[in-house]
Amino acid sequence: MTSAAAASNGHVIRTRALTKRYGELRAVDEVDLEVRAGEVYGFLGANGSGKTTTVRMLLGLVLPTSGEAEVLGKAMPTARRSVLPHVGSLVESPGAYPHLSGSANLALLDATGSDRSRRPERRTKIGNALEQVGLDPADRRPVRTYSQGMRQRLGLAAALMRRPTLLILDEPSNGLDPQGTLEIRQLLLELNAEGTTIFLSSHLLAEVEQMCTHVGVLRDGRLILQEQIDNLLRPTGLVAVRTPDIDRCTELLGPVVVSVEGEQLLLRANDTADLNAYLVGEGVRVDEIGPYRRALEEIILEAEAGP
Amino acid sequence: MIVVELIKMIYRPRTWLIIGMLVALPTLVAILLAVTDLGPRPGTGPPFLSAVLSDGTLFPLAALGVVLPLLLPIAVAVLGGDAIAGESQTGTLRYLLVRPVGRTHLLLAKLVTIVVFVLLAVLIVTAVSYAEGRLLLGGAPATGTVSLSGSTLTQQELAWRSAMALGYVITCMLGVAAVALFFSTLTRSAIGAALGTIGVLVASTVLLGLDAAGALHPFLPTRHWLAFVDLFRDPILWRDVIRGLAIQLGYLTVFTLAAWANFGTKDIDD
Repeated sequence: MTSAAAASNGHVIRTRALTKRYGELRAVDEVDLEVRAGEVYGFLGANGSGKTTTVRMLLGLVLPTSGEAEVLGKAMPTARRSVLPHVGSLVESPGAYPHLSGSANLALLDATGSDRSRRPERRTKIGNALEQVGLDPADRRPVRTYSQGMRQRLGLAAALMRRPTLLILDEPSNGLDPQGTLEIRQLLLELNAEGTTIFLSSHLLAEVEQMCTHVGVLRDGRLILQEQIDNLLRPTGLVAVRTPDIDRCTELLGPVVVSVEGEQLLLRANDTADLNAYLVGEGVRVDEIGPYRRALEEIILEAEAGP
Repeated sequence: MIVVELIKMIYRPRTWLIIGMLVALPTLVAILLAVTDLGPRPGTGPPFLSAVLSDGTLFPLAALGVVLPLLLPIAVAVLGGDAIAGESQTGTLRYLLVRPVGRTHLLLAKLVTIVVFVLLAVLIVTAVSYAEGRLLLGGAPATGTVSLSGSTLTQQELAWRSAMALGYVITCMLGVAAVALFFSTLTRSAIGAALGTIGVLVASTVLLGLDAAGALHPFLPTRHWLAFVDLFRDPILWRDVIRGLAIQLGYLTVFTLAAWANFGTKDIDD
């Protein structure tokens, strides 16, 4: 974490009982989000779980039915004039005027804000943002001719152009090929290392698991889990053993076995190496042995199954 | 923001296509008149059209009379209907609002842009039809331009009456723009908003032709659209012009407020 992020180690996003009702439907139900400076926060949830509505409330696009939302320490949507210039966002899909080029679109967008820059500055700013996301600033083709991946990159460039302290990204790797996904992930991690807090809404578990420091899980509008990823994925104190001689192994280890699943055993043990030596000495063939960590997927499924 | 909206309008090919269409119709009329020499009988057909055969300098007014009842309102309905719904369709609305651009500010910028469009369109139609009138339909009589009442108007008088007529036409189109803008905040479909507005205008025209709807006539938006003709009588016949202005300002106020009230608190969830 950089000094800038550390210095203001308060909340970048905080909501209290944030709720949005559409008639009887509670799209977002009493959500208490906490995102601190410097985090990469993964906001997980199935399609229709209320992620996008939450993001839109954070940005002042949708008004909450009840509850409060604070972004960069100020109440939204009341303080949107002073908050939003520091927030870069990608909401659902990127938007651009199809008859204009990518850089013309960015120039128009820059010019609409009260913090617009002067012409020469604007040109370098746009050039930098486009290069960052891997688009050619000299490209004069209209956005109409762009592929979906290019549009997505353009949307990211629009979010990055204002050098935000907070990035709110809704499904940023939509429409990107694996190579593009990797590039964008790299870029986001670099920005985070420079102090940008990233709020990443996604339905891709793997993406969140690989990038994020924190995770929040939304299900049917309720936040069912919010935790630091390292805590979730901490070794469980169990050892996993994979062996074709499952029966023999169970017989030998009897009381410490916690569970048996196919060819895998989970058991309580202090020293993996000793255990391995013991098993091999007893003639048990061992395919794999190591400390057991739960996958994020299991943890989430467990949380969903809970009350 | 207003400047950006104007730039967007100027660089949009559609703007020039619409203006081209607005110019094309009076041009066709001028050519037909010049070739056939068959003007409508005085008192029938679009205003001024019977007079232009003898006085080509009146053709710009005739051209406005041709364009105003149908083409210009449709153009304004299309632009106004596109204002918010179009941004919504391209997905740019949410990015404008999180830039952030104030919602009221955005509505205002859109309205001003439509006014500038109408001004631009009317000026171009006037300029082109003036040239056509001089080239195809002959110059002014040596006595000067004759008003509709038969007396002679000086160049000066003609100029400021034309300016007033222009102001009147713009006010009428503002009424249409406000209705279109309101519909544009209601729907995500730009075409739907434009068609809704055109529907209102068509309904107004139909009701105007119906004696049974007499009680409604004073409130219909299209009622006094052509009253700018009265500005070229001598003396000026103010009655319908003032009524027309009152109606248009009423529509402008009511529908702009409605658009503002609806858009100001609307959830942007497209």
